[in-house]
Amino acid sequence: MSHAVKTDNAEPALPPKAKAALSEGKRAERRLGLLLCAPAILIMAAVAGWPILYSLWLSLQRYDLKFPDRTEFVGLENYVTVLSNPYWWNAMWVTVLITVVSVAVELVLGMALALIMHRTLVGRGIVRTSTLIPYGIVTVVAAFSWRYAWTPRTGYLAETIAGGDPVLTEKIPAIMVVTLAEIWKTTPFMALLLMAGLALVPDDLLKAAAMDGASAWQRFTKVMVPVMKPAILVALLFRTLDAFRIFDNLFVLTAGSQGTSSVSMLTYNNLIKGLNLGIGSTMSVLIFIAVAIIAFVFVKLFGTAAPGGDGGGRR
Amino acid sequence: MAGIGGAVTTGRKARWTVLNILVVAYALVPVLWIVSLSFKTKETLADGNFIPRAWTLDNYKAIFSTTEFVRALVNSIGIALIATAVAVVFGTMAAYAIARLDFPGKRLLVGVSLLIAMFPQISLVSPLFEIERTLGLFDTWPGLILPYITFALPLAIYTLSAFFREIPWELEKAAKMDGATPGQAFRRVIAPLAAPGVFTTAILVFIFCWNDFLFAISLTSTEASRTVPVALSFFTGSSQFEDPTGSIAAAAVVITIPIVLFVLFFQRRIVAGLTSGAVKG
Repeated sequence: MSHAVKTDNAEPALPPKAKAALSEGKRAERRLGLLLCAPAILIMAAVAGWPILYSLWLSLQRYDLKFPDRTEFVGLENYVTVLSNPYWWNAMWVTVLITVVSVAVELVLGMALALIMHRTLVGRGIVRTSTLIPYGIVTVVAAFSWRYAWTPRTGYLAETIAGGDPVLTEKIPAIMVVTLAEIWKTTPFMALLLMAGLALVPDDLLKAAAMDGASAWQRFTKVMVPVMKPAILVALLFRTLDAFRIFDNLFVLTAGSQGTSSVSMLTYNNLIKGLNLGIGSTMSVLIFIAVAIIAFVFVKLFGTAAPGGDGGGRR
Repeated sequence: MAGIGGAVTTGRKARWTVLNILVVAYALVPVLWIVSLSFKTKETLADGNFIPRAWTLDNYKAIFSTTEFVRALVNSIGIALIATAVAVVFGTMAAYAIARLDFPGKRLLVGVSLLIAMFPQISLVSPLFEIERTLGLFDTWPGLILPYITFALPLAIYTLSAFFREIPWELEKAAKMDGATPGQAFRRVIAPLAAPGVFTTAILVFIFCWNDFLFAISLTSTEASRTVPVALSFFTGSSQFEDPTGSIAAAAVVITIPIVLFVLFFQRRIVAGLTSGAVKG
């Protein structure tokens, strides 16, 4: 019975199906594509898209959770308050300083580390494995390690390098310690991205340059760096945006005291400690704008290619 | 690779060995320091010595006897595992579609998820704080799992679509010729081939969730959902005269163990995962 039904259906169905197969398949592909992406899109829209619009709205209101009945729409008043506040600008300069110094140092250190990981003749596995430890370790854990290392009496660095001084209680030394902690933690990530770029440098090219009498430094600047340029720019973009949102290290090392707050730290303090949603949201929006400007500068001025983009397969 | 400047001599090997030792020391000294602190006795804690003069397990016994830490550890593990599972499943689906299928809005999706990956997390904290309080999600597991998934998804999509581009897709075509639907081709043929990439992505996503501090400290207020990094920052001694250094160090070591295990066993995969997408663009 069932056998008869099967053949019955199959016979007449075949010829028209063959014709419609392409467009039918195309439509099925589109449907499947959207269906597969739907959960990711929905979550990102609900937990990132909607809140960012909502924070724009919150930033236009006077909204202090300590005085909820005084909530009202105030237009751009919060922006005036924040942008004319010296604490905000101090936090902005601290953030920019930490970002610029740490990314610059990381580029140099990361390049050295990448060359070592890429070229080492012995123990490549050990080097790569230990390099991943700073990358993977919980930032708060690393920050505590640095904090105790610099704590007078307790720490090995405080007693040797700092001569027993409480370095974390003074603004400039504290910022330096925070920057060092940031550099230690994120250089390996930079190095891994650069190493991926190094792998693209053809060995033949290096050999040819060596034959033509190029010194090691010339081979590095004239051959390797130009080939690696896209990887370098991507690594710089990633790390700059990441450094700009510095929070964990600062929270543990100084808690933003002595004017060492970053913009993220200041926003956190206004929001969670001060419960001022209006001002907190305004700062959130401003940080978002700052990050957008950094990304724009990288992409437009330096021509950083969007990593992982659709172009990947085609180039 | 070795032969640019000449043959491999013992001198060159020795130079590399020295460099390697420097790198290993760079990476391990801060970690060994916190390990050392965690084994120091109360009396020797403040002696500034890199290696403990007297060893003890008291700090570990102490933290595992507090609900503050044990609860935080359960929260950390539960929240990170659930967020990882969801992000990897949804990320795999989306990355497959991006790598293989043609559909409208694909470029937009890639662009937007990149935007989220670059996003300053603090910008989401203000609105999420208010939204989660309204919805009753504040200080709950889902209240942390949702933002973790959101930030893990771009990472997952990005890493996985790089892996998926490397898969021999002829096999999928063959499966389709044999009468499999696109859905079946995905489940039966491609999914098993993609498993290593998915596994690597899961490790990276887990490390991200395990590491988070900003969301965890902003969107929780009690032991109900506080994760270990946050609990650590709130540790105080059992009396106000007691120094929490030993407990903090011990707890810090405990949450570093999974990271060390991942790195030891899956070094190759993690390196491949972190570098795969970065230079193809």
